[in-house]
Amino acid sequence: MTEELLVPSRSLPVGPIGRRGVGWWGVGTLVASEAALFTYLLFAYFYLGATAGDGWVLEPRPHLAVALPNTLLLLASSLVAWWAERGVLRARRAQALIGFGMATLMGGAFALIQLHEWHTKPFSFGTSSYGSLYFLTTGLHEAHVVVGVLILAFIFLWTALDYFSPRRRLSVSAGVLYWHFVDAVWLFVFTTYYLTPYLGFGR
Amino acid sequence: MKAVQLRAPVVGPDSVAHQARLLQWWEAEGGLKGFFGSVDHKVIGIRYIVTAFVFLMLGGLEALVMRLQLAGPDRSLLTPQQYDQLFSTHGMTMIFLYASPVLSGFSNYLWPLMLGSRDMAFPRLNALGYWIYLASGIFLYTGFLTGNGPNDGWFNYVPYASRPYNPGLNEDFYSLGMVFLGIATTVGAANFIVTAFRTRAPGMSLDRLPILAWGTLTASFANLVVVPAVSLAFLMLWLDRQFGTQFFNTAGGGAPLLWQHLFWIFGHPWVYAIVLPAMGMVSDGLPVFCRRPLVGYSLVAISTVATMILGFGVWVHHMFATGLPGLGMSFFSAASIAITLPSAVAVFAWLATIRFGKPVITTAFLFFSSMILLFVIGGVSGFMTASVPVDWQLTDTYFVVAHLHYVLIGINVFPVVGAIYFWFPKMRGRMLDERLGRWNFWVMFIGFNLAFLPMHLTGLLGMPRRIYSYGPEMGWTTLNLITSLGSFVFASGVLLLLVNVIRSWSKGQPAGANPWDAPTLEWSVSSPPPVYNFAVIPTVASRHPLWEGRLSSPTCSSLQEGPLLDEGRESLGTSAVEASPDMILEVPQDSCAPAVLAAGVAGTFSGLILKSEPLVIVSAVVLGLALLWWLWPRRQLREREPA
Repeated sequence: MTEELLVPSRSLPVGPIGRRGVGWWGVGTLVASEAALFTYLLFAYFYLGATAGDGWVLEPRPHLAVALPNTLLLLASSLVAWWAERGVLRARRAQALIGFGMATLMGGAFALIQLHEWHTKPFSFGTSSYGSLYFLTTGLHEAHVVVGVLILAFIFLWTALDYFSPRRRLSVSAGVLYWHFVDAVWLFVFTTYYLTPYLGFGR
Repeated sequence: MKAVQLRAPVVGPDSVAHQARLLQWWEAEGGLKGFFGSVDHKVIGIRYIVTAFVFLMLGGLEALVMRLQLAGPDRSLLTPQQYDQLFSTHGMTMIFLYASPVLSGFSNYLWPLMLGSRDMAFPRLNALGYWIYLASGIFLYTGFLTGNGPNDGWFNYVPYASRPYNPGLNEDFYSLGMVFLGIATTVGAANFIVTAFRTRAPGMSLDRLPILAWGTLTASFANLVVVPAVSLAFLMLWLDRQFGTQFFNTAGGGAPLLWQHLFWIFGHPWVYAIVLPAMGMVSDGLPVFCRRPLVGYSLVAISTVATMILGFGVWVHHMFATGLPGLGMSFFSAASIAITLPSAVAVFAWLATIRFGKPVITTAFLFFSSMILLFVIGGVSGFMTASVPVDWQLTDTYFVVAHLHYVLIGINVFPVVGAIYFWFPKMRGRMLDERLGRWNFWVMFIGFNLAFLPMHLTGLLGMPRRIYSYGPEMGWTTLNLITSLGSFVFASGVLLLLVNVIRSWSKGQPAGANPWDAPTLEWSVSSPPPVYNFAVIPTVASRHPLWEGRLSSPTCSSLQEGPLLDEGRESLGTSAVEASPDMILEVPQDSCAPAVLAAGVAGTFSGLILKSEPLVIVSAVVLGLALLWWLWPRRQLREREPA
């Protein structure tokens, strides 16, 4: 009988165990859709930059003094979140709490520094299509950072309430996946707006 | 107390006592909470279908008013401005509020039943998708009813849609409404993808999926990655209009063509997204009436996916007349011609199925098989415009209008009406009237061709689309009169469908579980199905579990005996490719969180159009709280350890 082949007598997990659960896949599809959104934003940048005349990039030599360390801060927060997730995985609650607390603060700091970075720009969103795109792209990213920080804060709270165990932790893993995405996509945004001008794009 | 984390599902036979136990977990609540909180895919699916049909009627009425205006030369029923809003709203309604949601409705209703599961992977997300769709539809129609409907065509080119040339709220309603609707499409697509890969019955490997599932799955992959393009384009347009950004303004270094690229990067894959599931309905429904399996199942499945992949590379064929470089256009032209190959595979598979089968002529068969003819006509006229020089001659004429109606009515409306005749008995437990069905079919078929076949000629004679009137000296009078007559005949055919559904709702012949003697899992349960769908999770051994005795299949499926899963609201999670049992899924209970969340989103968008900061803030708080309520880890779903 096929049935005996297909429904083994072995035990199956009841509900999400580890990353095994439909929720993990759900966040995966969310990330795919969001990644597409940023792809279109960067497509718009390269399309307008390639078809516009000289001087389209309003900042041919973007200041890296704040942006580069801030980028490193965001990437480091991803590492910290990963370390915190390992804490949940190994039932080390102190490690998890310290990790998620730090990641939340680091993400929050990135968001504040980014606000400051906006104020130092010599152009505004209405100056030209470059300005509009810069503020829309970094603005949408900032919105994702804020959502990510809230997620990290709630994971911190839920960890403090002792909701999770090495097995029951799908919310943690899904939230951390989203945070990794927010950080990874910034690398593309940063490279496009801050580094490609040095390589000669838009000049 | 330590909660159970691992369990071997009890396998056993179906029984009355077992069904009573299941009902304890699954029975729906009544009252307001039951209404706003339902997460049952069958309820949601029917809501989608009914709502989409209301929009189909509205869009149809708009078309009839336009046909009255165009029935003769120099008529003055409508002002040019009214005409602009009518044709734009008609396009928006049919393409965004009818064609895609109606397919989502059928797939929502049918998927878990076809796949042998008790619900979708994300039942609450399913409810959210519906509420957002409904709310965004009301939002867009609020614009129309207050004289602020879209008025630059459904693809809404800048600079027409830019504020200096279009100062009213029309384009703001359209822009925000489309971003709003995009949320529904995206969450729906995510749900279909995860459902397809994780909640099939054991044994239903990917090569045993019904073609409807292939079509919707493929369309969902496309929607997931292309909807952000149009949402972004509309967001940019709204910012340009209200906040002085320069995305599309040439004076500020922006580019109107950026709009066209972003719109069509979305728009063309979307066209396939609203026909592939409908083609799937034909691939699954037609063979039932030919009394044999579909010819070339694997080829049809592969060509479904291939159509979509090529479909990502053809968007520029909407932009041949915009002065792009010739070499680039040749590539897009070649891709647009190549895409006819996978479409032809499906056509020949259907024809072969009819040829090698023993057709039983029913109303559903008539709708499904006539779709093949309409598909070929619409496909060939599309193939013609894939050629750049031909496109230059035909673009923006009624030839294109004829083409797109053959595609959208021929490959969407006809299969959908066929699907209603085919699956209504499952949904309602009663048959639709076959005699009235014949009238329904022939009136629609004759009316449709009477309306749209002459339109090709109108286009070749040079009548531009979207003009509100024309002079008697142009020589378009007779053709337009025929089209107007045809459109009213077609509309009365749709009315017959409505009459049939209303009459059969309570007076139709009882259907029984499998009135058509069809082979797939949805026909193995009662009509209408019980709230938990399957008392025991079926185990599938072939593509046609209900035809196994007749086809020479060596294995047999198990439909009456299998995992009972009656210790909670449970269903079975299976592995992505082979569909072997992987986990026991906890299915969420009814919840009002999706409806509240949708209300928060609706409030936010209303605040944005009214420029009311308090409304935006209050709604955003409601939205956030609903989300938190939703995502808070629950014991029932075993998302957390019991304290």
